[in-house]
Amino acid sequence: MMATGIKDKVAILGMGCTRFGERWDVGAEELMVEAFQECLADAGLERKDIQAAWLGHCLEEVGMGKCAAPMGVALRLPHIGITRVENYCATGTEAFRGAVYGVASGAYDICLAMGVEKLKDTGYGGLPNPGSGFGSLTWQWFPNASAPGLFAQIATAYAANYGIADKDLKRALAHISAKSHANGALNPKAHLRRPVTIDQILASPIIAYPLGLFDCCGVSDGAACAIVTTPEIARQLGKKDLVSVKAIQLSVSSGYEGAFNEWQGDNFYTAGKCSLAAYKEAGIINPREEISMLELHDCFSITELVTYEDLHISERGNAWRDVLDGFYDRDGKIPAQIDGGLKCFGHPIGASGLRMIYEMYLQLSGRAGERQLANPRYGLTHNLGGFPHQNVCAITILGGDK
Amino acid sequence: MTGITAYGAYIPRLRLSRLAIYQAMGWFAPALIMVAQGERSMCNFDEDSLTMAVAAARDCLTGMDKRAVDAAYLCSTTLPFADRQNAGVMTTALNLRDDILTADITSSQRAGTTGLIAALDAVRAGSRKQVLLTATDKRLTKPAYFYEMWFGDGAASLLVGDEDVIAEFLGSYSVTHDFVDHYRGADRHYDYMWEERWVREEGYAKFIPQAVQGLLKKLDLTMKDVGKLVFPCLFKAEHRTIAKGLGASPGQLMDNMHDVCGETGAAHPLLMLTAVLEAAKPGDLVVVAGFGQGCDALAFRVTENITKLPPRRGFQGALADKRTTDNYMKFLKFRDLIQPEMGIRAEAPTQTAMTALWRNRRMLTGLVGGKCRSCGTPQFPKQDYCVNPACCAHQSQDDYEFADVPAQILSFTGDLLAVSVDPPAVYGTVQFTGGGRFLADFTDCDAQEVRVGLPVKMAFRRRFTDSERGFAGYFWKAIPQQPASEEAAAGKEVK
Repeated sequence: MMATGIKDKVAILGMGCTRFGERWDVGAEELMVEAFQECLADAGLERKDIQAAWLGHCLEEVGMGKCAAPMGVALRLPHIGITRVENYCATGTEAFRGAVYGVASGAYDICLAMGVEKLKDTGYGGLPNPGSGFGSLTWQWFPNASAPGLFAQIATAYAANYGIADKDLKRALAHISAKSHANGALNPKAHLRRPVTIDQILASPIIAYPLGLFDCCGVSDGAACAIVTTPEIARQLGKKDLVSVKAIQLSVSSGYEGAFNEWQGDNFYTAGKCSLAAYKEAGIINPREEISMLELHDCFSITELVTYEDLHISERGNAWRDVLDGFYDRDGKIPAQIDGGLKCFGHPIGASGLRMIYEMYLQLSGRAGERQLANPRYGLTHNLGGFPHQNVCAITILGGDK
Repeated sequence: MTGITAYGAYIPRLRLSRLAIYQAMGWFAPALIMVAQGERSMCNFDEDSLTMAVAAARDCLTGMDKRAVDAAYLCSTTLPFADRQNAGVMTTALNLRDDILTADITSSQRAGTTGLIAALDAVRAGSRKQVLLTATDKRLTKPAYFYEMWFGDGAASLLVGDEDVIAEFLGSYSVTHDFVDHYRGADRHYDYMWEERWVREEGYAKFIPQAVQGLLKKLDLTMKDVGKLVFPCLFKAEHRTIAKGLGASPGQLMDNMHDVCGETGAAHPLLMLTAVLEAAKPGDLVVVAGFGQGCDALAFRVTENITKLPPRRGFQGALADKRTTDNYMKFLKFRDLIQPEMGIRAEAPTQTAMTALWRNRRMLTGLVGGKCRSCGTPQFPKQDYCVNPACCAHQSQDDYEFADVPAQILSFTGDLLAVSVDPPAVYGTVQFTGGGRFLADFTDCDAQEVRVGLPVKMAFRRRFTDSERGFAGYFWKAIPQQPASEEAAAGKEVK
């Protein structure tokens, strides 16, 4: 047996993405319709052409509830097979993976991947507090924690292990957020579109030490979707400048980080492994030279910082220097979060993976408007779901066909 | 020989300056100034009578063979469960054997001394070899009350046996009177108190002498034989007057600890006794009495073995490990006496799956993980496959207790978003020496003092309160240990 990977077996036929934000006017169902309308028009298809679908929806308790049926009903899909997937913040990428594998297997010609989240029905800021809904055992011993607090763990460990002064780390983190705000300001679909200064960021109140308000991404409503097929069918349908899937990889914690004694708490072990597998699948030898752009899971500025190292682009302990050197800025060597990232485009959890792919799709097909980069070759998207010590990492690499 | 074989004490780290109560509520109750001296101990928001009992019992069992304990009694009037044996929670937390007798002894301030007599009688009768006797109380009062000033929170624990006895039990004498100086109805949170003058003159001043004199007569002793006389009394002047009436000099009378701690309910006579034992010399005769609807009196003769008792933090250690606050509102919130807005985020579901708690009781209540027989890796929680990626052996782990293993901080945060009674919620990954780690809540600390690399000690604490269902969930938290010099520099003041 010899698996050959996903490279160039599946192409994107069309995509859609809603405006992200506090969409008080709509629910998850309407958000899906909004993304689906754009996607169908982009692909030049009708709903009857879709043979199977994957729905990514994470926090069903404030969204549509369990099961794939709410999507079948909302989109009036004609009794086709729909699978609902959930894998924390990797949920959207999981839906994409399902649809891509559905096509690659030869079981279907045309598949839909949808990601959606409606978060602003909780009555308070931040992600919902799951309480005892967290699992009958986990709830009884896991700390009383929030997402910022869990990811702040990375920052305290990183500063201590590399001997980086608090103010240097805070400055690098502020640079990361300022860059994403500048990018988001150019994106009409982004949740947060106001540029902010480093000083504003540094003066923002602490949410979970050392992370302040501007170190945290937006909590948004939104949906994004993709229709995928084989490159051959795409060409038969008249699609030009194909965007092709080069790699999809997942890495999930084994308990090693959280309960064994080696991991130092200052990185995402899964991302280190997942990125190597993705580069291998895509045939990338030197990511620092070959990757053109990144959409990373910047749920918090510190997540983005250490991910630069986990992707083997910045050296361990040196990402903060690359950041301050502007390496990841819009005009830097590898622009990151060109669409504003989770920070400013927003983070409707189940939609985020597909939102990142949407930006890569636009960039690679030369349709990114004001944000368009010159001649991008490979775009990498990255999701990180869960907690630093126990998580799901998902990476996709997209590029032009051949 | 039957008697006490070890002792332990626990006083919460937090102490409330009594002047702070007066400063906040003196406008309402000016007479509070009369007792507004010194400080009283106060539970942190995650402490209750059960967690204090576990802490005192751990101190008592330091260096002792806890597998030899064959009964455990828990004495208190403020146990968190009216029907779920609290002693059973305690023994699970302590990882005592399952095949032991346990009981809650309650409903009187005398519960501690009564429990001690029951324990000593059981050993003397030969039906039990070693009995762990723990007394604890966290008494609630309404705000701005003399009793709020007088009371403190604390626990004491004694191990009773017939080998290596450090204080030989000479005998006991009890009197029982249905004297209602105060009571608390079964459906009530607060005590109802009768006039103090009557309580002093007709209660303390009569029943304590009855019991102590009865004991001395029974044992054919006089007050001249007594090294220390130990009994609680809320009223400092009356305390001395009663002692004087019994023929005890001020030097013979053990201080009632009003200035440093306050009266710790059913635990108080035993907490005072641990303080006495800690300073005692072989040959000392100690008489201890507990008051409440009558009085119990017990006599002990300290033996040579007291010099061989393994070192422990003890009463003085607990007393010295303190943070004094003048934040009376914090005291009120920690005791749920005020209900500030907690926000919608706090409305998350809080139901506990009893089935999961039962299956995982050693992990959750006892902080027991596993140690792999194949590769030697300690790990938490204990799971079917070893966590060492080079091993992954199946069902290869023996129970491994983490509660007393030294540990240090690998990462941390102070989280202002997470729901907390005392924000920020401080938590982080704790790495145990020799192996094992997990993400733990921190407690008894200020976020500003926490650093990577700081040592921590584990403590059994209340993890959540399910007020809708009247349930309390317990787990273990890490207490950062400040280096002694910094502790002094910090001035031990908290707001």
